[in-house]
Amino acid sequence: MIPALVVFAYLGVVLYIGIFAFRKSRHREEAEDYFLANRSLGPYVFLFSLFGTNMTAFAILGSSGHAFNNGIVTFGLMASSSALIIPLSLFLIGTRVWALGKKYGFITPVQMFRDRWECSHIGTVIFVVQAALLIPYIIIGVMGGGTALGAISGGRVPYWFGGALVAMVVMSYVFFGGMRGTAWVNTFQTILFLCFGAIALIVIGIGMGGFQQSTEGLLGSPGTASLLSRERISPLFFFSYTFIPLSSIAFPHITIFCLTARKMNQFKKTVVLYPVCMLALWMPCVFLGVMANRATDVPKIQEKIEARRALATAGPTLSADERESLRQKTNGDDVLLLLLERYAPLWLAGLLGAGIMAAVMASDSQILALSTMFTEDVFAFYGGKKRFGEAAQVHTGRLFIVLITIFAYAVALRAPQNIFDLAVQYAFSGYSALSPLLVAALFWKRSTKWGALASTVWCALSVAAVAVFQYVVPAPAGPPVAMWSIDGVEVLTRTPGGTAVFGLMPVVPMTIVSALLLIVVSSLTSRPGDHTLKRYFQP
Amino acid sequence: MVIIVGVLYVLHQDFWFWRAAHSLVFGFLPVGLFYHACYTIATAVVMLLIVKHAWPTELEEQVGDEASGRAGEAPGHPLSASPLRPVARNKEDVEH
Repeated sequence: MIPALVVFAYLGVVLYIGIFAFRKSRHREEAEDYFLANRSLGPYVFLFSLFGTNMTAFAILGSSGHAFNNGIVTFGLMASSSALIIPLSLFLIGTRVWALGKKYGFITPVQMFRDRWECSHIGTVIFVVQAALLIPYIIIGVMGGGTALGAISGGRVPYWFGGALVAMVVMSYVFFGGMRGTAWVNTFQTILFLCFGAIALIVIGIGMGGFQQSTEGLLGSPGTASLLSRERISPLFFFSYTFIPLSSIAFPHITIFCLTARKMNQFKKTVVLYPVCMLALWMPCVFLGVMANRATDVPKIQEKIEARRALATAGPTLSADERESLRQKTNGDDVLLLLLERYAPLWLAGLLGAGIMAAVMASDSQILALSTMFTEDVFAFYGGKKRFGEAAQVHTGRLFIVLITIFAYAVALRAPQNIFDLAVQYAFSGYSALSPLLVAALFWKRSTKWGALASTVWCALSVAAVAVFQYVVPAPAGPPVAMWSIDGVEVLTRTPGGTAVFGLMPVVPMTIVSALLLIVVSSLTSRPGDHTLKRYFQP
Repeated sequence: MVIIVGVLYVLHQDFWFWRAAHSLVFGFLPVGLFYHACYTIATAVVMLLIVKHAWPTELEEQVGDEASGRAGEAPGHPLSASPLRPVARNKEDVEH
């Protein structure tokens, strides 16, 4: 119970930071102050908060779980590719969004799109698609809170209570503190989970008797030696994963966050240090995830390894239900928690548990972004602000935060998690496919609202199509199954982990087609007026 | 800079270490993982070069002096309200 008490204390600190931010605010009734912290964040708060916003529960729990089953490939697949693409997109797109926001007072990306392409309802369509892709994230955050608190307390804190507690704490500091509170909490959380990686690596390494022995043990077995290479993932899949980090800048909470910097210079530290933060967090998590395969003295990890072995040897002969049951047992998202429980002293396990909770609670920015988008892109745009005033707009934003939290909690109690895991998985692809919108708005004069609409509708339809395909066609137990081939070339394949199009992840065709549609449709329709273009593109 | 970033992107696809499970650095770190750790540090160095040599200072100039903060605090209002700023639009201005 000691680890759970440490986590409760941590939640108390987080709540206090949010309320402290509320007290520090001097313009509580102004939308720009509540939703953007008055565009006043300093360089380190900007760096840590943006990094923390990008790192969800997946960064700690999911990365080690993925590495547990797939090996060291996880780092190259998700961390080093993000270390290149995300800072680059902040440099190219984030700085320009910041400058336009400062110049014209934008608070959301849809406001910029509406102004840039001289449109209104098309902006509403973009808002709807962005919001639909963001909601699963918020639900999964509540689920993660319930699951993590249950695991840290050794099952003493029930799922419903853990989820409710985490949802209440997140809702409270977002409600009171707005962007300022969220940014400060994220900064505190990021420092905590960056320390977590190094401490966990040392403690577990000592507990396991050193990593050299564990690595040699993994190499000694044919079943685990491949975890130290990347042969479990195809090079094409590895390549296509580099499209996923494009989603980061297109996520509304990240685009909105770019508007909070006090000066453009504050992007500099973030652009340079982002890869270093990625290394500090992901390297220990991935390495420990792989090493967990040698933690033979942890019964629950042993059960996972045996389930994986059974799936590999007898998979094709098992029924679909049996395969699904085994697949769930192989899920390694809790291996890091199990390693901590086995090798860390209780008080340290509590502190490290708080580090994990910090990552799990990353849904705060998404909740705030959704509230910002609703109040700015719908409430204010359709006359609410004009009719009821700016204070009413901020109150509406706060009310929306309460409603979305209650909704997320109610859904999290009833729905199975794997549905939302899938939704989140395709939210990344969807946002990657929406990234051409930002590029076109900022860099291509000839882009039009109709091109933007075509691209947005394509994103929504393609995400839905892939989700339906995966729901209708069950995952194969053995090698991938070709569902559609032309002259022996596999066009559409159902793989054990998802879908492949010409051997690539769906995100690749989704993003390329999205960009092509934007180009073709824009070329066929009339561009915005010269007055608008002059304001965006200096001669 | 574009060429350096292009080379960095290609270097991410290190197929040459794809099946190298038995090569260990420091006796415990698989070479594929070590390579990507070094790659991540190299990325930070390239970002430093970009920030030093290709920073879009013209964007800051466009925004103006006021945007760089007043006595340590950002302005509370936009410097120049866009005539087409969506929040200021009337119902009859909208399309369809």
